[in-house]
Amino acid sequence: MRKIVLFSGSSAVGKTAVLSWVVDCLRERGLSSAVCKIDCVSDEDKETFRALGVPAVAGISADICPDHYLVSNIPEIWSWADGRGSDVLFVETAGLCNRCSPATRSMVAGCVVDATASCKAPGHLGPMLSQADFVVLTKVDMISQAEREIVCRAVADVNPGAEVFAVDALAGYGVQALSRYIETAPAVGTYEGDVLRHAMPAGVCSYCVGECRVGSAFQQGVVGKMEFEEDAR
Amino acid sequence: MKSITVMAGTDKHGRAENFGSIELEMGKMYAIVGNTGSGKSRFVKDIEQLCVGDSPTRRKVLVDGKELDYAERSAFERSSIAHLGQNMRFVLDVTVEQFVAMHARCRGKEARIDDVVALANEITPERVLKESKLNLLSGGQSRALMTADVALVCDSPVVLVDEIENAGIDKAVALSALCGAEKLVLAVTHDPHTALMAHERIVMKEGSVACVRARSPREREAYRALDEQYRRQRALQRALREGEEVA
Repeated sequence: MRKIVLFSGSSAVGKTAVLSWVVDCLRERGLSSAVCKIDCVSDEDKETFRALGVPAVAGISADICPDHYLVSNIPEIWSWADGRGSDVLFVETAGLCNRCSPATRSMVAGCVVDATASCKAPGHLGPMLSQADFVVLTKVDMISQAEREIVCRAVADVNPGAEVFAVDALAGYGVQALSRYIETAPAVGTYEGDVLRHAMPAGVCSYCVGECRVGSAFQQGVVGKMEFEEDAR
Repeated sequence: MKSITVMAGTDKHGRAENFGSIELEMGKMYAIVGNTGSGKSRFVKDIEQLCVGDSPTRRKVLVDGKELDYAERSAFERSSIAHLGQNMRFVLDVTVEQFVAMHARCRGKEARIDDVVALANEITPERVLKESKLNLLSGGQSRALMTADVALVCDSPVVLVDEIENAGIDKAVALSALCGAEKLVLAVTHDPHTALMAHERIVMKEGSVACVRARSPREREAYRALDEQYRRQRALQRALREGEEVA
């Protein structure tokens, strides 16, 4: 196996739809893919890829943060895809709180952004966007050319270096350029010595380990408290 | 730039299109016609994205006979192509004024907010205000503002227009704002009046170009009659909207 490509992004932005096109385009270029979907609840997306003839597994993180769960499972996912003889392993994240990014140095890290969401959305995405190598802007058929330019600019303000691909994942516009980028992205060939691009949050509090009761008496470990501005009191 | 060339690709069923290439010249207007689903919008999209065999139609689009690489394509698209699509709504959560300012910044231009709003208000009778929320504009207001934005903020040499007559706006004012003497204009339309404004028309069928026809002398005469009819229709529509007798 040659490389891991990360597809991160909020829920329902079109990660699976884009990826379905990309695995097809890569197959036309003679590259085989495998897909690992990390999710908290449902694992039905893996069937989408199996229907395309692509080996797919789902990791259900359940009570654990899905980004932490992803990083903890990289050695296992890597050997699974390697055993299948795949050239490229795609890892699709669950995309929840925007605080973490499971991107590591040697991955080709992508962030998928819904063009119809808000021009303020890119500013709220955190390391998932700021640490990405490439950005996929989806649903561009739904917005005007002017709005697309404005959203691209908002993405560039957060991550000026990222390659941006505007895609209509229903008709398949823009997926060829994205696939070519993934094909030519540098291959590392191993996860040995790899490190996260952005540290994950500090803290294990009582709620992380199953506490349900509300109130200061039940809070132990690393507990963060809000600060209120003077005029908000 | 002098011309854009479209090289044949494939139709909906993957069969080769049976034209070699079509050359589109600066200073001319072309109409794209055909049934719904015949591939008109895709034809225009291929040109907007300056495809090099990498779109679903596999067409190639050349600028002055040359294929552009990926970086050149994005730069050229930003500087030279304006696309007024079929969208009837904006989705971004900003005001009209912020929208024009942000778009002008993207294109590296001065934001002529008052001019853009004034032009939009010539195109639609429903007032567009600077402080209006962009995504609350009506279909007609959105189309009018999109048109004014394409005409004044983009001001690109290549203009692509998709079904301008759909939103109940003043088509004549909108088209005259969009079409300059030196521009290359492609207009997707179902309307014979709009189609006969064009020097040539490209007829689409089943996702491919079926033929290209030049406007004949008889069609120029037909255009005059259609134009008169259009003006009459506009007058009746105004009376209808004003609550007057429609006669």
